[in-house]
Amino acid sequence: MTEHKIKFLKNFVSPASAILGAFLVGSVFIIAIGKNPFYIYGILFSRTLGSSYGFGQVLFKATPLILAALGIAFAFHGGLFNIGANGQIYIGAFACAWAGFTFSRFPGFVLFPVVVLASVLGGGFWGWIAGVLKARRGAHEVITTIMLNFIALALCNWLVSAKYHVPETVHTASVPPSVWLPRFSDISQSFAGSAVNLSFFIALICAVLIWWVLYKSPVGYAIRAQGFNPEAAKTYGIKAPRVSILTMTAAGALSGLVGTNFILGYKHYFEQGFAGGTGFMAIAVALLGRNHPFGIVLAGILFGILDFGGLAINAYVPKELVEILQAIIIIFVIVGESCFDGIVKNLMKKEKAGEKTNG
Amino acid sequence: MDSGFVLIAEQTVSISVPFFLAALGGVICERAGVVNIALEGIMLNGAFCQVLVTYWTGNPWLGLLAATAGGVLTVLPHAVASIKFRVNQIVSGLAINLGAVGITKFFLKIVFDSSSNSERIVGISALNIPILSKIPIIREIVSNPLILIAIGLFVVIQIFLFKTKWGLRLRAAGESAEASVSVGINVVKIRYFACLASGVLAGLAGAWLALSQHQFTDGMSGGRGYIALAAVIFGRWKPNGVLIASLIFGFAEALQIGLQSAGIEIPTQFVQMIPYLVTIIVLAGFVGRARPPADDGKPYEPA
Repeated sequence: MTEHKIKFLKNFVSPASAILGAFLVGSVFIIAIGKNPFYIYGILFSRTLGSSYGFGQVLFKATPLILAALGIAFAFHGGLFNIGANGQIYIGAFACAWAGFTFSRFPGFVLFPVVVLASVLGGGFWGWIAGVLKARRGAHEVITTIMLNFIALALCNWLVSAKYHVPETVHTASVPPSVWLPRFSDISQSFAGSAVNLSFFIALICAVLIWWVLYKSPVGYAIRAQGFNPEAAKTYGIKAPRVSILTMTAAGALSGLVGTNFILGYKHYFEQGFAGGTGFMAIAVALLGRNHPFGIVLAGILFGILDFGGLAINAYVPKELVEILQAIIIIFVIVGESCFDGIVKNLMKKEKAGEKTNG
Repeated sequence: MDSGFVLIAEQTVSISVPFFLAALGGVICERAGVVNIALEGIMLNGAFCQVLVTYWTGNPWLGLLAATAGGVLTVLPHAVASIKFRVNQIVSGLAINLGAVGITKFFLKIVFDSSSNSERIVGISALNIPILSKIPIIREIVSNPLILIAIGLFVVIQIFLFKTKWGLRLRAAGESAEASVSVGINVVKIRYFACLASGVLAGLAGAWLALSQHQFTDGMSGGRGYIALAAVIFGRWKPNGVLIASLIFGFAEALQIGLQSAGIEIPTQFVQMIPYLVTIIVLAGFVGRARPPADDGKPYEPA
């Protein structure tokens, strides 16, 4: 078995079969309530991929998932598991909105970098906390980020409801139009009605950037070495605490950029609970994308299809079907990976044994 | 006339019960070496099963049975994935939580034709014990069969974990799977047992929520499974520690409600933060150090 073959199986065949398997299990639910799975899945795909509007919505849903998943993958390469994307998204987005309506008198070309920087700094700061707690105090990042999620949510809810809300609403004031990101529909009429905006390209640029940092730069090499084998990395002089702080801060910053999609590109204000479970779904996206930036873009688009497809099928089956599908995909991906590793190990063993008898 | 103190104390108890039940499940599971952040999802499914079966049969005790069964079924994929397939336990726990939100809402719409709440169900009737049922605070405890069950489970689990050879084996499996196997302990079986037990306990926690609100509402676990997780850490992986942690978290919430009704406004959001803040503080070792079982979360790979 060649290296290439294994890579191909692992990176494409394994995730693809997880997705297929999830759709199969999902059809059990559809049949259970007396509907035809082919019909339902047909609608799911035709309404999302069949029109510019549908595909626009898919990209709009995919943008935050891709951004947060890039952060999760980046930390994962350094050996850290960032469950805190949701909290980082909230803090980043709030900072973005806050900077926007507070400095609204700044001219656009000054304000725009300010609001983007605010989202990066806000999310980055929230990630940094977990990184520092890990590096300096040895507190496990999984638990601290889970806790930080709730703290961030409560903090933002308080800020919005007690400090910065527009009366009678659960959102803040708007950021000035000078920093609104253009939508696709401003450029092509076929996207009319869809909220997809230029932040999708911010996500793509981040994907390329993260790919370059991870695989082409010395920093990325150190990060991956730390994640791959902490003991060996230590002997090479790579400082684990630094990697923890750096990767968690970067992960938070990427999640913070989600604010650009929602605040600058869509609603233009911060709204309580706007992110839902995006930060958790992004973990699934990172997994499915095998923690590779380009894989994440594809996986993010698939989850975008499911997210928006859920709304499309809601007239026939409860849209929660897609949440069930997403959960099953996660289980199948991780179980599939484990099975796959076992199979490859066995094949290698057999090949080796074969070589011995032949030689 | 009840004083404010009594009200807050009684409320503390009823708010703490679900934290405590789920956290007990978390203790057993993590002591055996499996991290279980699926408590939240198990609770949610448990609550839904409680409502569904009580609604169909009119019998809340059958509902309770269903809640535990639902809890076990919910944790089962997590157990198989973690133990047999040795996957990342955090990820499979998260998947269970995401799936539970979807599955309960899916069937809420199918069965009750609503996206927010179910029909109302009957609760478990209160016990009337002479004298004891008249004493404030005590009456809250002795009149509620579920609280008595929780106390019974607490005693049983405390004794089981620290006074029996099975408890010793369970703890050994979580401290060092390899060493346990070398002395003939069946780590795999123990871990399955522990996971399923946590399903029963967190399922009961969900049943409590459903019974006290007399219905299922969308996402009614509301992060309590994560508070339970915090209680496990804050209680240092011990049943009595977890009991104290749950009571403290419950007290904070009850106090905030009490102060609010007395006209003293503390932002709810700050009270909500308390369990999460203290967990971080404890975990970071600012107040003593919380040390999890050594092999917690590490899959056991037979050589």
